[in-house]
Amino acid sequence: MRRNLLSIVFLLSSPIVLLAQEDLLKELEKSTPPETDYAFQTFKGTRLVNGQTVETKAKNTLEFIFAHRFGAINSGAYEAFGLDHAYVRYGLEYGITDRLGIGIGRNSVDKITDSYLRYKVLRQSKGARNFPFTMTAYANFSYKASPQTGVETIDRLAYVGQLLIARKFSPRLSLQLMPTIVHRNAVIQSTENNNQVAVGVGGRIKLTKSVAFTTEYYYRVNPHTGTTNYNSLGVGIDIETGGHVFQIVLTNTLGLTERAFITETNEKFFDGGIHIGFNVTRTFQLKKK
Amino acid sequence: MLNTTYIQKTFLILVCLLSAGISYGQKFRSEKGLITFFSDGAIEDIAAENISAGSLFNVTTGELVFIVPIKDFKFQKSLMREHFNEKYMETEKYPKSTFQGKLSGFSLSAAGEQKVKATGKLTMHGVTKDVVIPGIAELSDGKIILKSKFMVRLNDYNIEIPTLVWKNIAEEIELKIDFTYKSL
Repeated sequence: MRRNLLSIVFLLSSPIVLLAQEDLLKELEKSTPPETDYAFQTFKGTRLVNGQTVETKAKNTLEFIFAHRFGAINSGAYEAFGLDHAYVRYGLEYGITDRLGIGIGRNSVDKITDSYLRYKVLRQSKGARNFPFTMTAYANFSYKASPQTGVETIDRLAYVGQLLIARKFSPRLSLQLMPTIVHRNAVIQSTENNNQVAVGVGGRIKLTKSVAFTTEYYYRVNPHTGTTNYNSLGVGIDIETGGHVFQIVLTNTLGLTERAFITETNEKFFDGGIHIGFNVTRTFQLKKK
Repeated sequence: MLNTTYIQKTFLILVCLLSAGISYGQKFRSEKGLITFFSDGAIEDIAAENISAGSLFNVTTGELVFIVPIKDFKFQKSLMREHFNEKYMETEKYPKSTFQGKLSGFSLSAAGEQKVKATGKLTMHGVTKDVVIPGIAELSDGKIILKSKFMVRLNDYNIEIPTLVWKNIAEEIELKIDFTYKSL
């Protein structure tokens, strides 16, 4: 009787000691208030292919962006399949806060100087606060300096308003929707609209921890009936190394700012009107936290 | 008669043991515990601080557990934090590190610094390893202060440094723990 009881006590008590330890961890988990986890790095950089992503630069960081596109592949052997020409944009973007950024850039195509503000209005999150997507509002103002004479200043200006809506579905997959309006003060009335509405779609799939495939397509909702332009399409590979992001892209546009690639893309991707290009960014931390 | 008393006693012991899972012993809790991380890299040193670790310590049984939310490590450069979460720790997949074990060498009645060690399971990046972590405990104003410094090999926890990042991060990092416990 005594032995039996002792062994029962022993048998029962050994798992209880283990259980108690499990429970201490559970107890700690339970007593910790739930936190909100915001999605981070929905995209590696601020550019998807030609256009923007929801990403903003962190506070006090400065990004230098150098983007360039070669000529079209179908321009033939005489032009070295486009490699004889290069069109560039140099830009800077600064994080005023973690959610508010300001940028400026110069494009060699049409000598456009563009500037913009972006603000991350909503953040995808889970935990204590659940929200399904990130939304960034983007406003761009640009000045086209070409041709040098014969055009009034007011006719050189264009404005872009855009909402960037993205969801990081998993660490590997992020998708983005970009409703956009481009207003140009002066257009060729027979083939272009002053107000061009477009909806962009795009996304990225991470191939490894540092390499991702990206794509982007802008569909013009109300193209002029006489339009001679096309919708812009681009695919790219992002490679991240420390403070750099390299993007190698294929796209049917030379435009590196919204007014150009949404309203002035004049080549067809599937006819070989494809430009090889690079976006290279370098991030600098100006003030340490 | 004797037998009945014995059965009663055993029953009492059983009840005590069964209730152990719910509450047993004198427990102490540490909130906002400090964890620091230091990597002595070939190119740059990387340091981070986390003040969101939580811990429970049962003085009677010696059981000690702690949870570290990975996303709360703060770095000097925001890009380091992004890489830390996105590439190394894969925080979305493995949001927390935990330790579950026993602290030995500690006595509530001893004065001054006491050499202690925690033996148990450390889980990081989804990998659980048996570890022995040395530390120093001290009683002060009814609070228990527990400090420790130890090295962790990234390899042991399947934390891979992408080759593209070259030698920015050391293969072994130093972790420091600083918890202050109050009686529950």
